[in-house]
Amino acid sequence: MIEPLLNCKDAELTHNTQKATPVVLSTRLRLARNLLGTPFPERASLAQRSDILSKCSDHLSGLGKMKKGSFFEISELSDLEKQVLVERHLISRELCESQQGSGVYINKAQTCSVMINEEDHLRIQFLKTGFHLKNVWKQIDRFDTELEEHLDIAYDSEFGYLTACPTNLGTGLRASVMMHLPGLVLSDQMERVIRAVNQLGITVRGLFGEGSDATGHVFQISNQQTLGEQEGDIIDRLGNVLKTVIDHEVNARFKCLEDSRSKVLDQIGRAYGVLRNAHVVNSAEAMNMLSLLRLAVDFEMLPESNRAEIDRFFIECQPGHIQHATKSEIEPDERDVCRAKKLREELGSLPALDFDKLADLT
Amino acid sequence: MGENLKCSNCDNQATVHLTQIINNKIIKVDLCESCAQAKGVTDPEGFSLADLLNKSHVPTHEEDSSLQCPDCGLTTADFRRTGRLGCSSCFTVFASLLRPVLEDMHVGTCHKGKTPDVALSRQSITVQLDKLEKALAKAIDEEAYEDAAKYRDQIKSLKEEAENYEYSQS
Ligand SMILES: [Zn+2]
Ligand SMILES: [Zn+2]
Repeated sequence: MIEPLLNCKDAELTHNTQKATPVVLSTRLRLARNLLGTPFPERASLAQRSDILSKCSDHLSGLGKMKKGSFFEISELSDLEKQVLVERHLISRELCESQQGSGVYINKAQTCSVMINEEDHLRIQFLKTGFHLKNVWKQIDRFDTELEEHLDIAYDSEFGYLTACPTNLGTGLRASVMMHLPGLVLSDQMERVIRAVNQLGITVRGLFGEGSDATGHVFQISNQQTLGEQEGDIIDRLGNVLKTVIDHEVNARFKCLEDSRSKVLDQIGRAYGVLRNAHVVNSAEAMNMLSLLRLAVDFEMLPESNRAEIDRFFIECQPGHIQHATKSEIEPDERDVCRAKKLREELGSLPALDFDKLADLT
Repeated sequence: MGENLKCSNCDNQATVHLTQIINNKIIKVDLCESCAQAKGVTDPEGFSLADLLNKSHVPTHEEDSSLQCPDCGLTTADFRRTGRLGCSSCFTVFASLLRPVLEDMHVGTCHKGKTPDVALSRQSITVQLDKLEKALAKAIDEEAYEDAAKYRDQIKSLKEEAENYEYSQS
């Protein structure tokens, strides 16, 4: 069912060869919305959930942004298909576990997905490669306004947009930026950064891993509070903190090179060797090696055009994607073999690491 | 920075900093040594943030403990257990329990952001129409035909206004 989506040649995160940037992978904004008159999904009857699902999906299908988009009812997807969508961040784990009467609408370029009957009736998500908080806010704001023209949205002048969980009240806005922070991790500064940004009401979460342990040095950083502040202020505050994190990351990278040049170059060289030659690679190892390869691109040891390709592997080397590509649910051992094969084949044409380029940088 | 955090449960200095993911939400809790022990933080599965919120923030006045939402049936106990509201009416019913929780959770307690203007004006037109139609029925019932005519005109112009509004928006 989800093949057209996976085969789409202009999917934002996997085929956007031009826009991949150092440090920031992507920007993602989410709005939580509910409709008046029906209990929130958790307390709604199946009939009420089905009613909301058809009402919302009908309305969504008429919106310009959703032209040629795909709609999936969650109960009709296989576990593997759901896992693939989770790995692409197009749906949440919670939506996978929801009862009947839940669904998701995804536009063709996979820049917009709307979950129906997750924790709230509607969870609207917009995303874009790179660091674009203001631009993505503009887009999601316009879409949200279009949506409310024909849907009666639950709203209160004191509490703002009404949501099932009090942590989302007010704007219902969660703005997150995916960041690649190998410098901060390798220099042991990540914990300090997490503490510091936590104090400012900003949350850090590891990505590409179960729970909160990070693999691939990729972190999702987002606002914690949604009430008492305008959307623009939430975004500005987060943006300013992230700019500082970017500065720290860049400094940490150069400091690593200064202090332990051989060690860093050795790690990058080994990653390059493993990815191109290994025959068994588990998911965590793949992420960590790919992270080092991305760092090599940022250090100009590999052409810039390889950055987007590496970002695509971050997504396609996760367990669900590997199994989906082999068209069967396979055991972890076998998966590691398939993953290694894919990496060997796809990275076979990579040019040699140019260690001399690095000399100009420092 | 980060050195003088207070325990979320009492006023002691927090030494255990926990970032929990509950239902895909990241929630950060700082606890002192003894509260961490008492809450069973060593066993993350056994630790419920909802419990923690109840004990530290939600007042336990007798009169507040027996509330129930007329629309979705959510009770005070449900709210305390799950930390979730059940429908839009819950916000009126549980407002007094909710406000102290929001104070600690957010930057402010009153919404300052975007408003769903189109939906709100459409809703207020619906509410007005509803009122007028009831008044019209009552007037006809009482054979107050002059009043009935007046209500009918008002309903007509309100419906026209609603239509124009929709056209101008799309
Ligand atoms: Zn304590
Ligand atoms: Zn309710």
